[in-house]
Amino acid sequence: MIIEEIQGLLCEKFGEKISPFEADAVHDSCILVDPASVDVICRYLYDDERLAFDMLMCLSGLDLSPEDENLSVVYHLFSDVHLHKVPIKAVVSKENPHLPTVENIWKTANWHEREAYDLFGIVFEGHSDLRRILLPDDWEGYPLRKNYKEPDIYRGMKVPY
Amino acid sequence: MRQFFGIFGNLSEVTVGSSKPLAGLLLEILPPLPAFLEEYEQLLAMITACGIFVGVVPLIPLVLVLAERKVSAFIQDRTGPMRVGPWGILQTLADGVKLLFKEDLIPPYGDRVLFRLAPYIIVCFSLAAFVAIPFGAIDLGDERYVFIVSNLNIGIFYILAVSSVIVIGIIMAGWASNSKWSLLGSLRSAAQMVSYEIPVGLSILSVIMVVQTLNMQGIVDQQDGGLHSWLIFRTPFSFIAFFVFFISAIAEVNRTPFDLPEAESELVAGFHTEYSGMRFALFFIAEYANMFAVCAIAVTLFLGGWQGVLPGIDILGGLPGFVFKTLFLVFVMMWIRWTLPRLRVDQLMNLCWKYLIPVSFFNILGVGIWMLIFGADTMDMKSLGPSLVVIVIAVFILLKQVFKGVSGTKRETTPVPSS
Amino acid sequence: MATEESKFIEVQPFSDEMVLSMGPQHPSTHGVLKLELRLDGEIVREAIPHIGYLHRCFEKHAENLSYPQIIPFTDRMDYISAMNQNWGFCLAVEKMMAADEKFSGVPERAEYLRVLVGELNRIASHLLSFGTYGMDIGAFTPFLYAFRDREEILLLFEEICGARLTYNYIRIGGVSRDMPPNWLDHVKNFIDYFEPKVDEYNTLLTENKIFIARTVKVAVLDEDMAINYGITGPNLRGAGKKWDLRKDEPYSIYDRFDFDVPIGHDIPRIGAVLGDCWNRYKVRMDEMKESVRIIRQILNQKIPEGPIMAQYKAVRPPAGEIFDRSEAPRGELGFYIVSDGSVKPVRLKAKSPCFTALSALQELSKGLMVADIIAIIGSIDIVMGEIDR
Repeated sequence: MIIEEIQGLLCEKFGEKISPFEADAVHDSCILVDPASVDVICRYLYDDERLAFDMLMCLSGLDLSPEDENLSVVYHLFSDVHLHKVPIKAVVSKENPHLPTVENIWKTANWHEREAYDLFGIVFEGHSDLRRILLPDDWEGYPLRKNYKEPDIYRGMKVPY
Repeated sequence: MRQFFGIFGNLSEVTVGSSKPLAGLLLEILPPLPAFLEEYEQLLAMITACGIFVGVVPLIPLVLVLAERKVSAFIQDRTGPMRVGPWGILQTLADGVKLLFKEDLIPPYGDRVLFRLAPYIIVCFSLAAFVAIPFGAIDLGDERYVFIVSNLNIGIFYILAVSSVIVIGIIMAGWASNSKWSLLGSLRSAAQMVSYEIPVGLSILSVIMVVQTLNMQGIVDQQDGGLHSWLIFRTPFSFIAFFVFFISAIAEVNRTPFDLPEAESELVAGFHTEYSGMRFALFFIAEYANMFAVCAIAVTLFLGGWQGVLPGIDILGGLPGFVFKTLFLVFVMMWIRWTLPRLRVDQLMNLCWKYLIPVSFFNILGVGIWMLIFGADTMDMKSLGPSLVVIVIAVFILLKQVFKGVSGTKRETTPVPSS
Repeated sequence: MATEESKFIEVQPFSDEMVLSMGPQHPSTHGVLKLELRLDGEIVREAIPHIGYLHRCFEKHAENLSYPQIIPFTDRMDYISAMNQNWGFCLAVEKMMAADEKFSGVPERAEYLRVLVGELNRIASHLLSFGTYGMDIGAFTPFLYAFRDREEILLLFEEICGARLTYNYIRIGGVSRDMPPNWLDHVKNFIDYFEPKVDEYNTLLTENKIFIARTVKVAVLDEDMAINYGITGPNLRGAGKKWDLRKDEPYSIYDRFDFDVPIGHDIPRIGAVLGDCWNRYKVRMDEMKESVRIIRQILNQKIPEGPIMAQYKAVRPPAGEIFDRSEAPRGELGFYIVSDGSVKPVRLKAKSPCFTALSALQELSKGLMVADIIAIIGSIDIVMGEIDR
């Protein structure tokens, strides 16, 4: 199933929660969805027999520029049944980056969401174990945000060199 | 005073049959002592005999460590140590020197006393086993002198007793280290050694039923007369007992596939994780001395001890033959170590309690029945014939099974991919 | 905001349980993985993996580097199969570059060279996995046999690109240099030598009774669970799913070669069930043979002459984003790249197959023994450099 059809199915089901499709992208084009209902949309993508996205290939946070006021979360889904894939993108604001977890749909999202939380500070509500994964537990800030400034001192050690 | 030393005098003259221990031999061949020392000559002879063993036995690990490294190297397509001395033969010496100069660390919050004590206990009791092992014998005049420190009439019982003390040292080492890895390793070791002592004891028992003595030299004496009189062939059950004993012995000395107490991929280094320098080296000495000791016991009990393959040919009192046979068993242990993976704890216990111990009990029953049929005095040759026939048939069936398994393996492991 | 306090296991006072920190310095955690084990004697009640000890900020680095400069960083992700990491990244960038009309596409000769080094590196990687797995289970000898053969592959790589571990060989648009004269003969010699060795190793370790006892029916990762956890590569194939990107979404020139995708099987003779440690391990052994088959086909064909590098002005992929995956020895290696049309990516995320495989450890290890944890870590074949990036 190609991405336009998936977009169509989603629009049919969720209406305005799905943003209009921009088909003119040079490379992959994402389906923009409402961040607050990511879990519902993903559950539908997982459950519906025509879609059957049973695999979450990748979940990544995204910060485009320091000026940008938004962060995005991109879900790359793949269906082992129908062999089609789709990127889903949810945009949240930097001030209040909250969106529901998809951990209970794909278990692999557990660690991926922890990573996005660790590096971007995106909070996945309902996550069973949201804590830093790659960085030390007492690290401050979210390094992959474009406006991130590393601390001068971490536990008595000089950080920038 | 004299009565006190008299005890030692008596000890050196304890005879079983016509054999005298090493101290007696020393009295015989060394020049007479000056007069003022004469009354202590028994004592001095004992001390010298002990000194010889204490001096020689720690050299065994030195050789065995190098042998292990060379054997493993050849199994693994390497050359092993080659730098120190010709063909690397001084490598263990160099390692020993290095370990001597290393810092002796004691973990904080560990139990310092027990931590220091543990290696000594382990080394002492592994060396103590050598006291009752006859290495050879020589006839001088009408007396037979055995290369043994003390010809105890409960020899094998004594060896079993002292070698089971080692486990206390291991638990002490694990506990005193204040490390969870060490503790896990030492407790594994305790469980393992205590369990495997049972098949060891039972298979020794099945030998003792035949020879009807606990004295090590007495057991060797009964195997006089060449290959066919070795205890391993005396009854078909002692043939099985030998393998039970050898497998359990490998477990007793904590070697692969039963090296769980020091499994480096699981427990870092097991009970000696926290040890460094010379204390670590002591564990090594104990490990290899132990290995030599259990192989020597296996040789004494089953493979004729220092008695030669052919009757009457005992070069240098059978000592080279004895060492050769023991080293061969040691080699087999090394061979196994560098070939097989390691068992899991539950599988280890399964092997002991579900297979080895029932087999040992069956052995004892079998030996009893065999003795009932062929008479209590199985020293005579009439039982040997049937015994050999049974052994040959059993080995044949076993090998057939093994090779059937191997060829079956190759057929089935390449399943046709289902398309 | 969620609380920042770290979650560590708490043990009830006076319980029989013990908390054991396995790692980050431990002989068989394959790098710097830390496992927090809650033990009841030898039985593991809970195993919590803590990662990040090898975090080198690959993704942050990448945002400040031009695309060709990122390639050496991919080497350091999965340093066991650096060629495949190079390749995976270059594939993604080339896919973006395809929209640029100045980019002429990867030449044929380069594609052949890529498949050659990629498959050789797959063999090297699986050899290492085989060797270390043997060592984890307690057999030391297979490790040295594996290293002996891996050494030959490293020598081949040294000949072709000068490096032994971090190659930086596959570049955007091609490969860094052509093969030296007689290199193909050396490859052929190696393949002739190596092919019978796999069977030897199977008799040495795979069919060993103790090895079977240790790995069979341990930590069964069935197909549904594997897919739900996003586990790919040999771990997924060991669960019986016939899925290999080289076959099912052929990239490069893999569609020209004839090879099988080995999968796990229920083998009643030894008791193996789909998705257990033994099957995951066996898939890797079989894959080495398939890689040999692919290399043989290349050697038998005539590798086309010609350039080894594409024509392009600069690596400035047109603005947009892409997620591309390739079949690395440990599973599907994905790269998510967002470009704004400049020489540097805006965002680069590497989706590591080991990362997802390790996340299943917690569920896999419940109720097993300490020795089984080692068996699991070895069988999912992780490289911490790739997990922590």
